Amino acid sequence: MMLSGQITRGIPVTNDSRLSEPSQVDDHAERGVVVAGLNIFYGDFLAVADVDMHIQSKSITALIGPSGCGKSTFLRSLNRMHEVIDGARVEGSVRLDGVDLYGSEVDPVAVRRRVGMVFQRPNPFPTMSIYDNVVAGIRLNSGKLRRAETNEIVERSLRGANLWEEVKDRLDQPGSGLSGGQQQRLCIARATAVEPDVLLMDEPCSALDPISTLAIEQLMLELKQNFTIVIVTHNMQQAARVSDRTGFFNIAGTGKPGRLIEIDETKRIFSNPAQQATQDYVTGRFG
Amino acid sequence: MTTVLDDRSASVVGARRMSRNVQGSIAGAALLLGISIPNLLGDGKWGWVLVVTALSYVALIYVGSRALEGRRQATDRLMRATVTVAFALVMLPLLSVTWTVIREGVGRFDGKFLRGTMRLSPEELLAQRDGLAAGGAFHAMVGTLIITGLAAAIAVPLGLLTAVYLVEYGRGRLARAITTMVDVMTGIPSIVAGLCAYALFVIVFGPGSRTGLAGGLALSVLMTPVVVRSAEEMFRLVPNELREASYALGVPKWRTILRVVIPTAIAGVLTGTTLAVARVIGETAPLLIAAGLAQETNVNPFDGRMTSLPVFTYYQYVQPGIPTEAGVARAWAAALMLVLIVATLFVLARVLANVLKPKGLR
Ligand SMILES: Nc1ncnc2c1ncn2[C@@H]1O[C@H](COP(=O)(O)OP(=O)(O)OP(=O)(O)O)[C@@H](O)[C@H]1O
Ligand SMILES: [Mg+2]
Repeated sequence: MMLSGQITRGIPVTNDSRLSEPSQVDDHAERGVVVAGLNIFYGDFLAVADVDMHIQSKSITALIGPSGCGKSTFLRSLNRMHEVIDGARVEGSVRLDGVDLYGSEVDPVAVRRRVGMVFQRPNPFPTMSIYDNVVAGIRLNSGKLRRAETNEIVERSLRGANLWEEVKDRLDQPGSGLSGGQQQRLCIARATAVEPDVLLMDEPCSALDPISTLAIEQLMLELKQNFTIVIVTHNMQQAARVSDRTGFFNIAGTGKPGRLIEIDETKRIFSNPAQQATQDYVTGRFG
Repeated sequence: MTTVLDDRSASVVGARRMSRNVQGSIAGAALLLGISIPNLLGDGKWGWVLVVTALSYVALIYVGSRALEGRRQATDRLMRATVTVAFALVMLPLLSVTWTVIREGVGRFDGKFLRGTMRLSPEELLAQRDGLAAGGAFHAMVGTLIITGLAAAIAVPLGLLTAVYLVEYGRGRLARAITTMVDVMTGIPSIVAGLCAYALFVIVFGPGSRTGLAGGLALSVLMTPVVVRSAEEMFRLVPNELREASYALGVPKWRTILRVVIPTAIAGVLTGTTLAVARVIGETAPLLIAAGLAQETNVNPFDGRMTSLPVFTYYQYVQPGIPTEAGVARAWAAALMLVLIVATLFVLARVLANVLKPKGLR
């Protein structure tokens, strides 16, 4: 209950809240994100059925699968972004470090402060400068910080996103004036500035060139020291390069729900998966 | 088939293009026709000259291009000429109105007009009889500002909140009902709005109650749907991705609306609001009924009649006094004042929108 207290509490600006939590979890298996019996609906349409998954903390989990199988839907259910769509709802449980994110006493807004998200298309706030974009999560939540503190957060987040050197001389310029890859790294900096526990990334590189993609992949490898990362990707090499574990989603046919076929060590998924469907998909023998 | 190909190759290579001189001669010929035809027919007014010139230019450029350049180029020139002429025709009334108002209004646009009211002393009445400038519209300007200000003070918050509701919260039947009502409100004849406001104030304050507040209320009824409609459009233009970006940072919905949606849309919302103000600032009929006519300055919208510039203009025209020219001149000056106020509003809105608009958008 202390944990749910922390989740409903204010915004975790400092490291302490994050660091203190795991010590309160006795059962090691409860660390990270544990999804159990998750059914995800759009109105009456069951989009994703019956997912059980354990996402280990401080690691990168990649989700792959054909288009329309519900990867984005599943990802969005992990920080309760799914329910901002009309009629969208979820059955089952998602536990973060032992706390059920869908528990009745949990505020979805507080969940999103601990589980950040980076979208497929870079979406910096057009009304804000680069600087303001980075601290948007804090400012918009009316977190009052001293200038020195925000300066420090901006520099740390931008350095963390490998963007500092490129923008340090024009922090007051609009964020939408950056290149696509820079904008995406700005969005990553924005998401990490509020220091979430988990970072969800939905095809973060699909709009980027190979060099920006490489930059972001390296960035992910650095970020996993501090964050639990879940990434959806259509790029199989990318999944193989960056992820520790890979989950394969598939769909039986249109109108049918998507399902998690298997999740395992990335090496195993790409060399010797348990399921034939996975083998077919990763070797490109798929539909 | 072959002709099409021929035409195309000709236009691609550009072998057969009309020279500037030919184009110039065609324009000259059109002007010649435009001047001569109306005069030969016995009506050489410049309006006819313009119309005939424009039409003959369209016809001549097509025929000339057809003969010299081929079909594709001719069609292109015909379309260009038509679009240009249509644009010119639309600009014509605007320029004509502006010019007329300035020409007629500038005569009495003097210190007396800007500072004085219509409460004329016997000396002033005598001066007016002798053809000297007398009487002013200060009270009407004050009235216009107060009444329109009141209308905006009611309609803008109401309209913006309704738009926010419709875009961000409204779902299902209630939202549909509100949208329909807003559409219906857009169609309310302005005189009906005036009558309603008047009736309301008669019920509350007794018969014959005409106040600035009643006028403002009548105008707000006309203004609200315009504000709702334009703000709704603007809020819908804000990409959903920005809202999601904000939610994903753990920002509550209401704060997302205040800090992300509204700032992103503010430039367009301001322009729309200005249009709404411009739409009601020239309203006459509802104010005739609800706010009435006053001859001197009244700054209290809760008590007593209050005159606005359009009502002032109307009365100066129908009851010009002696001599008639004095009243008509004041009516023109008031019209000029009104146009100036609206123009100022537009410039202000433009400047504000430029200052506030999202930066660096590509
Ligand atoms: N807003 C929505 N309303 C209703 N149905 C939706 C909505 N978004 C997605 N769906 C449906 O849910 C299913 C899963 O969609 P989702 O976007 O999660 O797929 P995906 O695996 O991310 O595909 P892609 O790889 O193309 O991004 C699809 O059948 C889709 O039509
Ligand atoms: Mg997707």
